[in-house]
Amino acid sequence: MPGRARIVMLFITSILFLVIPIAGALAQESESVTTTITVADETGERVPLEGVSITVTDSAGAEVGTGTTDATGVFMLPVPGAGTYTMLLDEATLPEGVVVANPERNPATVIVEVGQTRATIFALSSGEDDGRGPAGVTVRQVSQLTVEGIKFGLFIAMAAIGLSLIFGTTGLVNFAHGELIGWGMLMAYFFNFYGLAGVFGWMAGWPAPFGDGVNVIFAALLATILGGALGWLLDAAIFSKLRARGVGLISQMVVTIGLSLVLRYVFLFAFGGSPRFYQQYTAQTAIQIGIVDITPKDLVLSVLSALILVGVGLFLVLTRWGKAMRAVSDNRDLAESSGIDVQRVIRLVWVMGAALAALGGTFDALAEQVRWDLGFRILLLVFAGVVLGGLGTAFGALVGSLIVGVGIQLSTIWLPTELKNVGALVVLILVLIVRPQGLLGRKERVG
Amino acid sequence: MGEVDWGFIVEQTFIQALGLNAAVYAIAAIGLNMHFGYAGLLNFGQAGFVAMGAYGMGIAVNQWGLPVWVAVLMGMLFAVVFALLLGIPTLRLRADYLAIVTIAAAEIVRLVARSTSLRDITRGAEGLNEFIGPFREFNPFDPSATYGIGFVQYRGNAFFAIIIGWTLAALFVLITWLLIRSPWGRVVKAIREDENAARALGKNAYRFKMQALIIGGVMGGFAGMVDAVGKATVQPDFFQASLTFFFWLVLILGGVGRVWAPIVGSMMYWGLITFVQNTGRQLVDNGVIQTTIMDVNQIDQIRYWVVGGALALLMVYRPQGIFGSREEMALDAR
Repeated sequence: MPGRARIVMLFITSILFLVIPIAGALAQESESVTTTITVADETGERVPLEGVSITVTDSAGAEVGTGTTDATGVFMLPVPGAGTYTMLLDEATLPEGVVVANPERNPATVIVEVGQTRATIFALSSGEDDGRGPAGVTVRQVSQLTVEGIKFGLFIAMAAIGLSLIFGTTGLVNFAHGELIGWGMLMAYFFNFYGLAGVFGWMAGWPAPFGDGVNVIFAALLATILGGALGWLLDAAIFSKLRARGVGLISQMVVTIGLSLVLRYVFLFAFGGSPRFYQQYTAQTAIQIGIVDITPKDLVLSVLSALILVGVGLFLVLTRWGKAMRAVSDNRDLAESSGIDVQRVIRLVWVMGAALAALGGTFDALAEQVRWDLGFRILLLVFAGVVLGGLGTAFGALVGSLIVGVGIQLSTIWLPTELKNVGALVVLILVLIVRPQGLLGRKERVG
Repeated sequence: MGEVDWGFIVEQTFIQALGLNAAVYAIAAIGLNMHFGYAGLLNFGQAGFVAMGAYGMGIAVNQWGLPVWVAVLMGMLFAVVFALLLGIPTLRLRADYLAIVTIAAAEIVRLVARSTSLRDITRGAEGLNEFIGPFREFNPFDPSATYGIGFVQYRGNAFFAIIIGWTLAALFVLITWLLIRSPWGRVVKAIREDENAARALGKNAYRFKMQALIIGGVMGGFAGMVDAVGKATVQPDFFQASLTFFFWLVLILGGVGRVWAPIVGSMMYWGLITFVQNTGRQLVDNGVIQTTIMDVNQIDQIRYWVVGGALALLMVYRPQGIFGSREEMALDAR
């Protein structure tokens, strides 16, 4: 046998020997069972339950152990090894009015693999609410849902106008727009709690607005300004450079996806995973207007966002800059040849669009909660609104967002609440198929 | 306080780079390479195809008790149906519209799968957990023993899935290579370069794009099936939109339009991620990085900064990826 072949043979046999099982060579990883106990509150938000007792038994019926959930609703218990276990939730330890939704699934059976932690879920419901609207549809219910839909539609419209105008002027589909929404919301939270610089230890004792939190109204204003600043920065530092380099639009789109991922996880890093509230206007009792109930803050926010949107509309129609924006959006080459400074218009579109998105995010978080990934959660709905109205048109984005907002809320009459966003996404796809230019777009826009 | 255990970090890096996740991501990225690298289709819903494969197979065994081979066929069928549903309306649209539609469709799949209204079929947010038995019957390896080369060791059940995964990845690379060299592949590439020219030559661009979407989608479905067998579970929230972005990074890291590049890309991706994560964890555990600056959970978030940053930077400075060829990159053909 020649030397080379012998070495190859030796190599192969040594690999074969290595692949022979080495039983127990590795330290045994531990097995455990876990579950997170949450229940939906009246707004549909999942709230963790603390102190719920769960007993784990093995397949022979012997008790492995009992434990309670911690402050985040998490229960975790190590088990002696792989096998089938049952987890029994003690209903007596649940808060008043909360029951296990599927009693036949309590105790739950869990199959634990070697070295695995296996999670299970106990579906809980608070009282009569089963996540589905009542069987009979009343005028009152429809009007209530419509009002809530308009409110949400106005919030996403603020974000949608920027997204649509950025697409109109540059052709870029900005997947990082959700993070512009999130940025505003989180900056408002920062100013609301720490003031302009309170997070720096040596300024801690200073009075508001430096060392101490400012009222959320002032914080929202600051967040809007910082939103515009981020828009300016993104265009000045990244996208104007990419345009100048001649980087293709699809590549730029992938850049926005990467950017969105980085920003989102910077938010998580800085803010943490659990949702929080602003300092003011958290819990309000609803007042009755006609046949609808609305909290004062929701009413003020809706009116305010409607006014802002009207202002933006007037700006686009009446002012020189607004006209320039629409001109660039309609036909960039024609606009450029008639003396419009396209790059400056695009810069302004980024600043304005990002500022509006930041304000929209703050409003939405004020109406609900501050979350690190709220922007990404509503991004696809913003897309739905923009596409429905017509990509690239400012007024289309407004109309489309309102339809999406109202549509989502009204769909809960027939659909379970958890599926309400699916309806909007289905509409998004259907519109692209039937009328890709959207409601207010022009046909030649779609190449 | 203690020393940073570099041996452990290197060990983990190799175990992950050759492990189940790397195989799954490689298979999904091979499918994506077919979509984007060769046919120029901007599919941002590959997670939806992966979910379809996993659920198709899982439901067949878990809920309906069908044999393993029928289940695999059902996983493929689900992926084909998803490709048809997506492709029939959208392949005539512009590339960026396709991106929005695919990302939305993948989210629809996930939201519907985790909803309580379909609990009888998909088992809701809990996912499918009781389908692994029939697959384990084919496992020739001892579950309680470990297998591997040197310090790269896996347990029997995991090793079984890993072997299947890498075998499939190699098979799909071969299929892609054969397809792209065939007349079919030349037409698909021609359509990517200039759809109008291809149509002027009498080629039905729509049909070829649809075939490419189905082939790449079924590969994505297999990624979901391998993942399901390896982890013995199908969880709806695994198939989030960010999963698709990870596949994209794997594809672009390796190189777009190179048949074997997704495999290298996936190994590099998982090696890099594991290295960053484990090094960070040890630095925190050993007090080199103070917990006031960041804790162990925050270390895990840093990997997304790496992923997102790498995706954006590669796209600008080296869009063809590390091993890709610039000629195969026709990003803005349409």
